[in-house]
Amino acid sequence: MMDGDIRTNSYDDGSTDFQTGEQKIRNFNLNFGPQHPAAHGVLRLVLELDGEIVERCDPHIGLLHRGTEKLMESRTYLQNLPYFDRLDYVAPMNQEHAWCLAIEKLTGVEVPRRASLIRVLYSEIGRVLNHLLNVTTQAMDVGALTPPLWGFEEREQLMVFYERACGARLHAAYFRPGGVHVDLPDQLLEDIDAWAIQFPRVLDDIDGLLTENRIFKQRNVDIGVVTEKDIQDWGFSGVMVRGSGLAWDLRRAQPYECYDEFDFKIPVGTNGDCFDRYLCRMQEMRESTSIIRQAIAKLRVEKGDVLARGKITPPKRGEMKTSMEALIHHFKLYTEGFHVPAGEIYAAVEAPKGEFGVYLIADGTNKPYRAKIRAPGFLHLQAMDYICKGHQLADVSAIIGTMDVVFGEIDR
Amino acid sequence: MSEALTELGAIIALKRPDAVLASDVAHGELTLTVALQYLQGLVEFLRDDASCRFTSLVDITAIDYPDRAARFDVVYHFLSMYQNHRIRLKVAVRAEDMVPSIHTLHPSANWFEREVFDMFGILFSGHPDLRRILTDYGFRGHPLRKDFPTTGYTEVRYDEAQKRVVYEPVKLVQEYRQFDFMSPWEGAEYILPGDQKAGAK
Repeated sequence: MMDGDIRTNSYDDGSTDFQTGEQKIRNFNLNFGPQHPAAHGVLRLVLELDGEIVERCDPHIGLLHRGTEKLMESRTYLQNLPYFDRLDYVAPMNQEHAWCLAIEKLTGVEVPRRASLIRVLYSEIGRVLNHLLNVTTQAMDVGALTPPLWGFEEREQLMVFYERACGARLHAAYFRPGGVHVDLPDQLLEDIDAWAIQFPRVLDDIDGLLTENRIFKQRNVDIGVVTEKDIQDWGFSGVMVRGSGLAWDLRRAQPYECYDEFDFKIPVGTNGDCFDRYLCRMQEMRESTSIIRQAIAKLRVEKGDVLARGKITPPKRGEMKTSMEALIHHFKLYTEGFHVPAGEIYAAVEAPKGEFGVYLIADGTNKPYRAKIRAPGFLHLQAMDYICKGHQLADVSAIIGTMDVVFGEIDR
Repeated sequence: MSEALTELGAIIALKRPDAVLASDVAHGELTLTVALQYLQGLVEFLRDDASCRFTSLVDITAIDYPDRAARFDVVYHFLSMYQNHRIRLKVAVRAEDMVPSIHTLHPSANWFEREVFDMFGILFSGHPDLRRILTDYGFRGHPLRKDFPTTGYTEVRYDEAQKRVVYEPVKLVQEYRQFDFMSPWEGAEYILPGDQKAGAK
């Protein structure tokens, strides 16, 4: 038998060639997670390794499954809103946005302009929150320790802005069908503006740490390359698309809210690898900061109500003190809830991670008949097997990092 | 916008008359009702036709209507990044029907179909790996069916004696509270307590 001959010869008496212990090699199966810091949550990957090369990758998800969609069927539309904060808990308000848009489209409610601007402002804050976490923790996955410390400093400030707007740092429940819950104080707008002025300098610092860093580039350049065909086949969205050179952004392609009046660029990559996705996220943060500043400039002049007063929104507090009808309305709204006319709608927003959509089937009562949450991470993670095949084991964590998966939204 | 969609719906219905049962535009969204046996062909047509190019699969889900003969609606959402439009396909499926899998046309359908199977118990023919996806290993039942209780059937706890997690039938100290806030003046179909004899007089 020749050296390196991998055929197994069998003979007439049924015997086969003797194999030494060294020759009997089978692939090594490895469990990655569910408690692995680079798995970004509770992901269990069953990896089949040939040496250090990944041959097969089977993600086991559902460890964080809470049955959100089932729970939503027995709650009113307003009670369902806070569930959306708990999906992608890195950028909570962007999820609420999709739910509000779905209800507003079905009920035909027009959101006041000031509320619309506040929504844009907080959606973009959410985008920065998400990208800061993603970029810096991905850097940690590939060996850098300082970026998360610097990034979380900024996230902390943004969390304070969340808190000052709605009272909660994470589970905001701030976007409501018909507008936003309360108006923003003027001082808060000034503080956000002050933050937005100094933030690009912080980005430059993180940029200086990572972009030309030798180790960071070795771990990311040409890793997890996504082509245009892969995007279509696997249903990618968000940065996974833009990193490969397609300028696809729902804020531009299918504008919702008042994004069409903002001036922003859509950063795209060229190679579609992990490094380009990192660059896209960095640039998107700069664009978001510019949108934040534009929104604040518009909010300074645009005064007015932040809720479309009507059936689906509560009456003003002052009104309730004097008007019996308003009091009854308030009571009915928070017990029975509002009714949404029968129909079906798919509302999608460009969440930081990609296209986040809600497919809502209303049957005319105060509860959704069925609500399907379409999470971008679900599709991205599905392609793990396809993208990881042939990569080194160490690249798996780099790829998970730039796919930007959060299990709150994938497992629902 | 909606005229273009109506037109698109008409074109698709014209080219695939056997597959498209109905075409409808509501809230600026195009919905096609599709016959089950022609589903695969239509999806392929939508993907490859130059005026459609619905190359991205956005979502597959199902809706349970326990009172209907065809119990489920399987709903497909597609997106065309090139033409910048969306489409929704609806297929009525009976509980015993097999739905043809579209994972050969859209590899991303794999997990969506697994999820629909997990949540509704709808079977997909030709699917390479129809395992449960979101629920626990060894889970029984299909949670998103309307006849599945929100509390489920089993609960887990850590057993100190056996040193492992054990599964037990669900024990509730009080009934799961399904509030009914429907106004008795509109929409309520039950008889209010005390009103039982009102009709007899």
